[in-house]
Amino acid sequence: MATEKITMPQLGESVTEGTISTWLIKVGDQVNKYDPIAEVMTDKVNAEVPSSFTGVVKELTANEGDTVAVGELICYIDTEGVASSNEASENKSTEAEPSKSTEVDESMKKRYSPAVLRLAQENDIELDQVTGSGRGGRITRKDIEKIIASGEIPKATTTAENKETIQRSSSKSVETPNEKFVATQAGDLEIPVKGVRKVIADNMVKSKQEIPHAWMTVEVDVSELVKYRNAVKDSFKKEEGFSLTYFAFFVKAVAQGLKEYPQLNSMWAGDKIIQKKDIHLSIAVAKENELFVPVIKHADEKTIKAIARDIYELAMKARNGKLTAADMQGGTFTVNNTGSFGSISSMGVINHPQAAILQVESIVKRPVIINDMFAARDMVNLSLSLDHRILDGLVCGRFLSRVKEILENMNEHTTNLY
Amino acid sequence: MPVMSYIQAVTTALREEMQRDKKVFILGEDVGKKGGVFRATDGLYETFGEARVLDTPLAESAIAGVGIGAAMYGMRPVAEMQFADFIMPAVNQIISEAAKMRYRSNNDWSVPMTIRAPYGGGVHGALYHSQSVEAIFANQPGLKIVMPSTPYDVKGLLKAAIRDNDPVLFFEHKRAYRLLKGEVPEDDYVLPIGKADVKREGEDITVITYGLCVHFALQAAEKLAEDGINAHILDLRTIYPLDQEAIIEAAKKTGKVLLITEDNKEGSIIGEVAAIIAEHCLFDLDAPINRLAGPDVPSMPYAPTMEKYFMMNPDKVEKAMRDLAEY
Repeated sequence: MATEKITMPQLGESVTEGTISTWLIKVGDQVNKYDPIAEVMTDKVNAEVPSSFTGVVKELTANEGDTVAVGELICYIDTEGVASSNEASENKSTEAEPSKSTEVDESMKKRYSPAVLRLAQENDIELDQVTGSGRGGRITRKDIEKIIASGEIPKATTTAENKETIQRSSSKSVETPNEKFVATQAGDLEIPVKGVRKVIADNMVKSKQEIPHAWMTVEVDVSELVKYRNAVKDSFKKEEGFSLTYFAFFVKAVAQGLKEYPQLNSMWAGDKIIQKKDIHLSIAVAKENELFVPVIKHADEKTIKAIARDIYELAMKARNGKLTAADMQGGTFTVNNTGSFGSISSMGVINHPQAAILQVESIVKRPVIINDMFAARDMVNLSLSLDHRILDGLVCGRFLSRVKEILENMNEHTTNLY
Repeated sequence: MPVMSYIQAVTTALREEMQRDKKVFILGEDVGKKGGVFRATDGLYETFGEARVLDTPLAESAIAGVGIGAAMYGMRPVAEMQFADFIMPAVNQIISEAAKMRYRSNNDWSVPMTIRAPYGGGVHGALYHSQSVEAIFANQPGLKIVMPSTPYDVKGLLKAAIRDNDPVLFFEHKRAYRLLKGEVPEDDYVLPIGKADVKREGEDITVITYGLCVHFALQAAEKLAEDGINAHILDLRTIYPLDQEAIIEAAKKTGKVLLITEDNKEGSIIGEVAAIIAEHCLFDLDAPINRLAGPDVPSMPYAPTMEKYFMMNPDKVEKAMRDLAEY
């Protein structure tokens, strides 16, 4: 036996309620489906309410004269036979409930609304330490407002537990909570990290954290090259209108080396290594607080003069802020002219996703032993940083040896500027 | 204070304004002897006579046009469109003439006319007796659109509309006519056009709506209050021009905003409300601005199941409000 509800039916358009004028049944009466059970009066019509079920009247929930809204309960009827559909569905829903609540959904925990972010910043609240009451563990504006009202504001502290979160989140962005502990004191200058500085920071973090760097340095005797370049540099400047730098020769030599050892001209692409056919050399150009890496396209196909011109033009563009995105795209290997700052040894950070970077250090006159005799020679260090996922010492050693060989053999007889 | 229905508040406001000002007159289809198909003008013909309660031919463009002409001559016509759906033949008169008259004549002429029209569904009225047409007029500077939600607001705002020196569209929800009852003061009060009204104070979510949906939102809010969720409900009352200040204040209050209309969703007035909030309240928002509206279907269907699917009701509103509260 099941109990069914009978509600006030809709008795015409714009009618929202009805008044029970007469009950045609009483508790305990047997009724059949469609039997009239009550007379109802509205401001438009008078009508009989039929029973929707066959059964015994159990309870009348409204009295004669009561006004009842459409859809509200007026009486209960006990029906015979199968359990009512209502009860069945209720059972179902209770069964389904527990399995739902066992898993805690935290998918929205780190999704912050503008209001939450603003309030957290204004009140210096560490959001990692706030428990969210919203859907998916989301921290709501109300959660933050409650914290502010309570005065117990969770801030970052250097407990072991926090260090863990720092490590986890630091791989995602430079702005690790760690840096927030660095306090500014009177007289200190605060420089906001944004624009190019931010891009550099993000790229460096990505490179350093993702790429397993290894290093290798060779010493190159460029006495002949120095002699050659010094002999022609003035006439070159006069004729061409721009300087013939050592760097152009190094770029040329590296491009040649890459052609012979294409393994170094590669990209890391997660599940594969892509060996690039074109040799586009990124060169690092510094400008006050900014660093750009414009690209010399097809460096292997260019003369030393053409490379010198590219270097000159890209450097001018960088200094005048005229570099375009196209100027900086497509690099496959980076040559960094650290020697221009006087450096004699450095370990470069690889320009992600390239496989290696070569630092060309200062050319320094040094005593060197040749044939068991001291000689004054122009020496330069070439320092290579390599992505150890892509490259190993052997191939890099061979590459450096080859570049060294090319450079040591650059002189007026072997090397054409044009 | 007497309790009266929404439609009684309409009749009361009309009667009082006609008594107060001899220039006020009514024109429309069946508004005279019959007292209107919804009986909004019931008894006015008997009191004020056929010269002030005019039965017109079935020509809405003429009803609006006659009203505009009379208004320009200094009368204060209250035109009735029998159903808002029937306003379409009069759109040219309303938008091209009434709305632009003051601007076009450099203030020499004006159109102090009120156009009343019952709108909205939920009464088994089907395609041509259920529409919400406000969005058509809601980007026409020169027009004002009032859509009250309670008998109290009806009386105060209809009086304000009649006394306004420019054209006002006054849309009354036909289902609200006999559904909604409320206390209405006997005195001669006027409510400001262009001002929204907070119908319920709350801290958890903000609901911004107008017309009959205010009533649904209030009902749902009572259910939510049992679960400790307090809704803040703003009734726009005037939907053009919008009360931006009140919208911004209400949105900022909770940062979780639900906008409700019975109109088709795309291009409805609540889209404009959402834009105002997006422009002004970004850093106070705690959830995406939610819109609950009718489907983008040409009109309210006749089949009861389909009508129910289309029409707003307290259950749909409650579900949307609860959903937003939990976000």
